[in-house]
Amino acid sequence: MDERDLHGLIGRVKDGRLSRRAFVQRMVALGLTAPMAGLMLAGNGVAMAADIRAGYKPAKAGGGGALKLLWWQAPTLINPHFAVGTKDQDASRIFYEPLAAWDPDGNLVPVLAASIPSKENGALAADGRSVVWTLKPGVKWHDGKPLTADDLVFTWEYARDPATAAVTAGSYKDCTVEKIDDLSVRVLFDKPTPYWCDAFVGIVGMVLPKHLFGPYSGAKSRDAPQNLAPVGTGPYRFVEFRPGDIVRGERNPNYHLPNRPYFDTIEMKGGGDAVSAARAVLQTGEYDYAWNMLIEDEVLKRLETGGKGRVDVVYGGKLEFLLLNATDPNVEVDGERSSITTKHPAFSDPKVCQALNLLVDRKSIQTYIYGRTGKATANTVNGPERFVSKDTHYAFDPAKANALLDEAGWTKGSDGIRAKDGKRLKLLFQTSINAPRQKTQAIIKQAAAKAGIEIELKSVTGSVFFSSDPANPDTCTHFYADMEMYAYSATQADPAIWLLMYASWEVAQKANKWQGRNVVRWRSPAYDAAYNAAQGELDPVKRAALLIRCNDLAVSENVLPLIHRAEVSAVGATLTAPRSGWDNDLAFLPDWYREA
Amino acid sequence: MGAYILRRLLIAIPSLLGISLILFTVLALAPGDPFGELAANPNVPPEVRAALRVKFGLDDPILTRYLHWLTAMLHGDWGFSFASRVNVDTLILQRLPTTLFVVGSSQVLALLIAIPVGLTAARRPYSLADQVANTLAFVGFSLPTFFTGLLFILLFSIKLGWLPFVYQADLPGSGLPWLWANIRQAIMPVAVLGFFQAASYTRYVRASALDVARLDYVTTARAKGLSEGTVTRRHIARNALIPVVTLVALQIPAVFGGAIVTEQIFRIPGIGSLLIDAMLSNDTPVVMAVTFVFAGLVILFNLVADLLYGWLDPRIALR
Repeated sequence: MDERDLHGLIGRVKDGRLSRRAFVQRMVALGLTAPMAGLMLAGNGVAMAADIRAGYKPAKAGGGGALKLLWWQAPTLINPHFAVGTKDQDASRIFYEPLAAWDPDGNLVPVLAASIPSKENGALAADGRSVVWTLKPGVKWHDGKPLTADDLVFTWEYARDPATAAVTAGSYKDCTVEKIDDLSVRVLFDKPTPYWCDAFVGIVGMVLPKHLFGPYSGAKSRDAPQNLAPVGTGPYRFVEFRPGDIVRGERNPNYHLPNRPYFDTIEMKGGGDAVSAARAVLQTGEYDYAWNMLIEDEVLKRLETGGKGRVDVVYGGKLEFLLLNATDPNVEVDGERSSITTKHPAFSDPKVCQALNLLVDRKSIQTYIYGRTGKATANTVNGPERFVSKDTHYAFDPAKANALLDEAGWTKGSDGIRAKDGKRLKLLFQTSINAPRQKTQAIIKQAAAKAGIEIELKSVTGSVFFSSDPANPDTCTHFYADMEMYAYSATQADPAIWLLMYASWEVAQKANKWQGRNVVRWRSPAYDAAYNAAQGELDPVKRAALLIRCNDLAVSENVLPLIHRAEVSAVGATLTAPRSGWDNDLAFLPDWYREA
Repeated sequence: MGAYILRRLLIAIPSLLGISLILFTVLALAPGDPFGELAANPNVPPEVRAALRVKFGLDDPILTRYLHWLTAMLHGDWGFSFASRVNVDTLILQRLPTTLFVVGSSQVLALLIAIPVGLTAARRPYSLADQVANTLAFVGFSLPTFFTGLLFILLFSIKLGWLPFVYQADLPGSGLPWLWANIRQAIMPVAVLGFFQAASYTRYVRASALDVARLDYVTTARAKGLSEGTVTRRHIARNALIPVVTLVALQIPAVFGGAIVTEQIFRIPGIGSLLIDAMLSNDTPVVMAVTFVFAGLVILFNLVADLLYGWLDPRIALR
């Protein structure tokens, strides 16, 4: 196959004669990796075809009866720009929509946009400083008013205004949005921006109606009646909301996608706990769908035997990882421990970090603790596929770990614990209280003991460990311990923000009230250079290579990824519920239906 | 009497102030903040979180915040919830009917069980009926509601499939089917709470009935040749229930305050679940309002109980 054939094929995908998937399969047969083939299509201006929507069967809208959803945390407000947690974002997504959504592979799917901007359709500027979004014509708000470019400009103004106190401000404050005509806007950036699809996309991108929110921008934002009674463009119209309890909606007869939505009414009930939510779907069938099943796989399997439903797993950017403190937690400098002016007595030696990496039995942690809900990994970036490093490996090898420690000069004393220059290899390992984490701690402690490392375990209540209280020394960002483990989610299908976690200027310390993202306090000029280069790189393939290099640098020393964790849901047996790990659980709600 | 009530009400003011100050301080000292979940979202820059803290006044000194809250409260402004940005009074009023219905019915059920069982048990102490009643009462208040709740769910919802275990405050529909659906979903929570309460009430009823049964006027009534039923109803029960009435009066605040654990298990959107959610998300204004109202009700109903006691039993004088 030569270049001309290839272009012919790409052309066929473009006019829809060949499916995207068939193209990728053909390329894989030729020895190309699937993400590479995807990038080829993207580079040639093929909008990421909506494969996730292809499976939708119903031939008409409505007639599906009631859809009953169970969230074990109850939504407390339905303004997507005030959403404090996932529960609020999900509730908002029933009524509001962004311009585009992220599919499971981390590609964009148009929702309110007519198409995904690209260099080829001229919407994406060659210098990376602007992007033009064009709205789908004919979309109406639930109250019958048309959706226009003014709504986009307004949403940008609303979210970026500090007085509004929107939680999405970060996605809107560094760009400018200007109206071109009634259906299109131009988003302008100060500097070349390879990741141009933050504003108006996915979770942070839900568009608000100007005609209703207009009078309530800025300081008056709390008074808007629509905060509790949303009017959006989504598949369901608002019926009722009781904060902290229930959200109800009914089918939007003017929905802009054909034959959708399938259900006549929708209900999202909140509260309770994850296990009983799983029971309501898997055992009694009282509900159709339950969100975020943070339950051990053993329990889920037992509940599933009821036959009323199944467990559904999608992967996004959630990672369980272990951090080896690069600074010394036992020395206090200027009222601050783990100060970056210090060096960790053991972990400053890369060999000790490598030895510990070899002592973590990821395979066992996956098999015995996480089951179907996680995969062992050696990477900090585990998706989308085009950003995942292929050069990293993990292994469990205590013999090699022992050899490395011997080599590094840490010799075993009479008590079997290694020491060097009078310092014993005794480490404090902290995490939050959570059964799987305590089990993981035990597995690591046991293996480390075999290599002459004594680990003292500490567990802190979640509400303390994850709080941002600058006065509390037990939070994960203070990191007053030698090692710590927790999970963190990349909420975007692009690792640039995620990788800030290892950038030297992001170090969490007293000066920034421990709000910095770099908790491990590991600093590397090579990493910073690769990261900064990626920030200005407009060629997607070169940029991916730079970000992969960042990943490889971080995991070679103080960052030990453990488990790539899935977003787990319980789904009723007859319900087809396409989901994406890179977007809300309800991002593809219009495509949900029930098999007869 | 009037002077007594006035004095009690005046004493209540410093107690309420003290309670609110302690509550506020404890809440402010507790770890975590309402925007903690944002910290786990890499998309939200730390500045945004800091701006929110400033906007909601979380960075002010505790005393300033307390005085702000207190002056607003005195003006009738209960503040707004950090989590839902809705006024706290709206939130509470929205949930009050559900709690009143569920917890109120459970109190009624408890009394309906406790009074006949307690009196029967007291009629022939240490008989078989008394032993059975005693055993059940001990089992009843030894089993915590979260345990019986789960047991009921496993049995009636999952094994038998008779009852739903997710409570809905506002079921759609009307007429008899709607009424039946409402009763059906309330059966388990009301039973769980009712049995637990009935167990302790039974013990009280039995004990006070035994006290009264030994008194001379009961013997006189029997000697007059009155039937055993009349003696129990007219002479024993009426006097034995005086302490029980005060006990019930003291339980009324709980009817308003909801049942935290049971509401959580059955997903009942009542005051109890509002309180626990607010605590978990460090939603200070909501926690303050709910606990403060609860404290006020406790003080009020203590007074009511005392007045009721004096009214039911003229031997007790209130000074």
